[in-house]
Amino acid sequence: MSVQNWTFLLVGLSFVLYAGIAVWSRASSTKEFYIAGGGVSPLANGMATAADWMSAASFISMAGIIAFRGYDGSVYLMGWTGGYVLLALLLAPYLRKFGAYTVPDFVGERYYSQTARIVAVICAIFVSFTYVAGQMRGVGIVFGRFLEVPIEAGVLIGMCIVFFYAVLGGMKGITYTQVAQYCVLIFAYLVPAIFLSLLITGNPIPQIGLGGTDQESGMFLLDRLNGLHSELGFASYTSGEKTSTDIFFITAALMAGTAGLPHVIIRFYTVPKVKDARISVGWALLFIAILYTTAPAIAVFARTNLLNTVSEQPYSEMPEWFTTWESTGLISYEDHNQDGLIQFVGPEAQTIDAKPITNELTIDQDIMVLANPEISGLPNWVIGLVAAGALAAALSTAAGLLMVVSSAVSHDLLKRALLPGITEKGELIAARVSAGLAVAVAGYLGINPPGFVAEVVAFAFGLAAASFFPAIILGVFSKRMNRNGAVLGMVVGITFTAAYIIYFKFINPSSNTADHWWFGVSPEGIGTLGMLLNLAVATVVSRFTPAPPERVVALVDRMRMPNEPGS
Amino acid sequence: MTQHSTDEISRRRSQYWRRNIQYLLVLLSVWFVSSYLTGIVFVDILNQFRIPKTGFPLGFWFAQQGSIYIFVILIFIYVFLMNNLDQEFGVEEIDE
Repeated sequence: MSVQNWTFLLVGLSFVLYAGIAVWSRASSTKEFYIAGGGVSPLANGMATAADWMSAASFISMAGIIAFRGYDGSVYLMGWTGGYVLLALLLAPYLRKFGAYTVPDFVGERYYSQTARIVAVICAIFVSFTYVAGQMRGVGIVFGRFLEVPIEAGVLIGMCIVFFYAVLGGMKGITYTQVAQYCVLIFAYLVPAIFLSLLITGNPIPQIGLGGTDQESGMFLLDRLNGLHSELGFASYTSGEKTSTDIFFITAALMAGTAGLPHVIIRFYTVPKVKDARISVGWALLFIAILYTTAPAIAVFARTNLLNTVSEQPYSEMPEWFTTWESTGLISYEDHNQDGLIQFVGPEAQTIDAKPITNELTIDQDIMVLANPEISGLPNWVIGLVAAGALAAALSTAAGLLMVVSSAVSHDLLKRALLPGITEKGELIAARVSAGLAVAVAGYLGINPPGFVAEVVAFAFGLAAASFFPAIILGVFSKRMNRNGAVLGMVVGITFTAAYIIYFKFINPSSNTADHWWFGVSPEGIGTLGMLLNLAVATVVSRFTPAPPERVVALVDRMRMPNEPGS
Repeated sequence: MTQHSTDEISRRRSQYWRRNIQYLLVLLSVWFVSSYLTGIVFVDILNQFRIPKTGFPLGFWFAQQGSIYIFVILIFIYVFLMNNLDQEFGVEEIDE
């Protein structure tokens, strides 16, 4: 069977599975719609969280980024997993005990303030939409490349599928679909990785193969790659180019952002007990770690394969995958020295007599995972499987984000602020309608993406780190924290972070270099400073304004323990 | 409820919370050392060493593999410690 037929078959089968789950798990109350009835098992919630968290960026882009940046790519590996330690130790159990439906709900109750709730609603909606646009775009790319339908049609099909199970099943439908999507995506990620690891190092476990020997040269694989890199004038693979300060700040911003992202936090409202919330973060990180420890191995395999396949080879003899990706514009080649060979080199490359060599090949880092099975000549069904996995990753994250938007509108905005008298049935209808509208907006953004999707995703993390994360932590760990401190802290944190990013990314991009950055921190890492600023402002302001009421202090006391002592 | 038992409860409450904070400090120190120190600040020094019989420079391994394994283990240790603490203080949730 051809690649395209395999892709149709596997993607089709996975969609039928998701639709079946949606029909089986319809939501009949707001509690089911918002938090899946609160009865999800910790293991299932761990899987759902893993699928919710791992987006098109994790599945499609991350290994590619690492393949191109080597050690510098570690910020994503540590940042996007280390955040779960913070989530487990500092947030999840307390939020579960608190027992709200949404993140703005928590902020509004703990800080006894509608202003705080509305600020949180705005942050949640903004963060979620920026993120979801990227997911829909990922769906479009997969459809466009593997099924050869136009990107618009691809986004539309993706929208329909998400619409079906998010609107029908709410959190309940999303949860059980995400469990299935996790299985699809992890299988799709591991199969080519195991194939490649066997092929290159002779060891079936990619995490071990990464430190193993290259069967062709008999050298350690990482040494071989570093050797190729210095030969071709690229920076050493295992040591990076960014400064340690910048790596430090970016990692911290990604960690705090991860722990502060509303679509991840609300997953821990869906389990029955505090104990379940704790262990389910553990399961979630374990399931995530399977993919995240495989990614650096895929990166090295792909990088080595790519250099071996293209470097100094005649352009006319390039395999089929090269030309198909060329037609999507994600690979481009220009023969500067007219020798018919491909020079794929770094900025330091020189000939033997010390003349500089010009690079002739541009490869979009996003295609590394998708093209990898083809580059290595793996069977057609593996290629189809990777397409189905990428779609599972993108759709599961999109659904989780849309849930945040829908509940922020129907629960926090309508029920808690504008229409407190709304009936249970009315609220459920409102939740469905806003989920439907959110899908439509997301689809529109996917078809007409703002030109800066990649930048705004960094934005989303910085903003979450500078707003929600400190507000929630202080809400749990400081009884003295009051609404004045929290609201002002969030506003200052967000404004500072947003202003810094907007200045360097949009207003004055030409000055976006280490010389102009404050303390050498790039816009990607500025969320960490925003977070510290938030903490400082909140702490100082709360000391000079009235303490929170007795009722709220008692609330914090109850939140800190799974059950009352002596009861 | 008598005055005496209310005092007793709030004393138990703060004891429980202090133990929780102690656990957090220890676990978060390990979290910090295994990512920020080994994987970032001292990565170049550690890269002079290798994990025996593999191609991994030590710092690089911590940054791309080791830190993640340690994170997973930390969470499971936390769960174990807290479940025991809940039992010790008799504040675990009752099965419905």
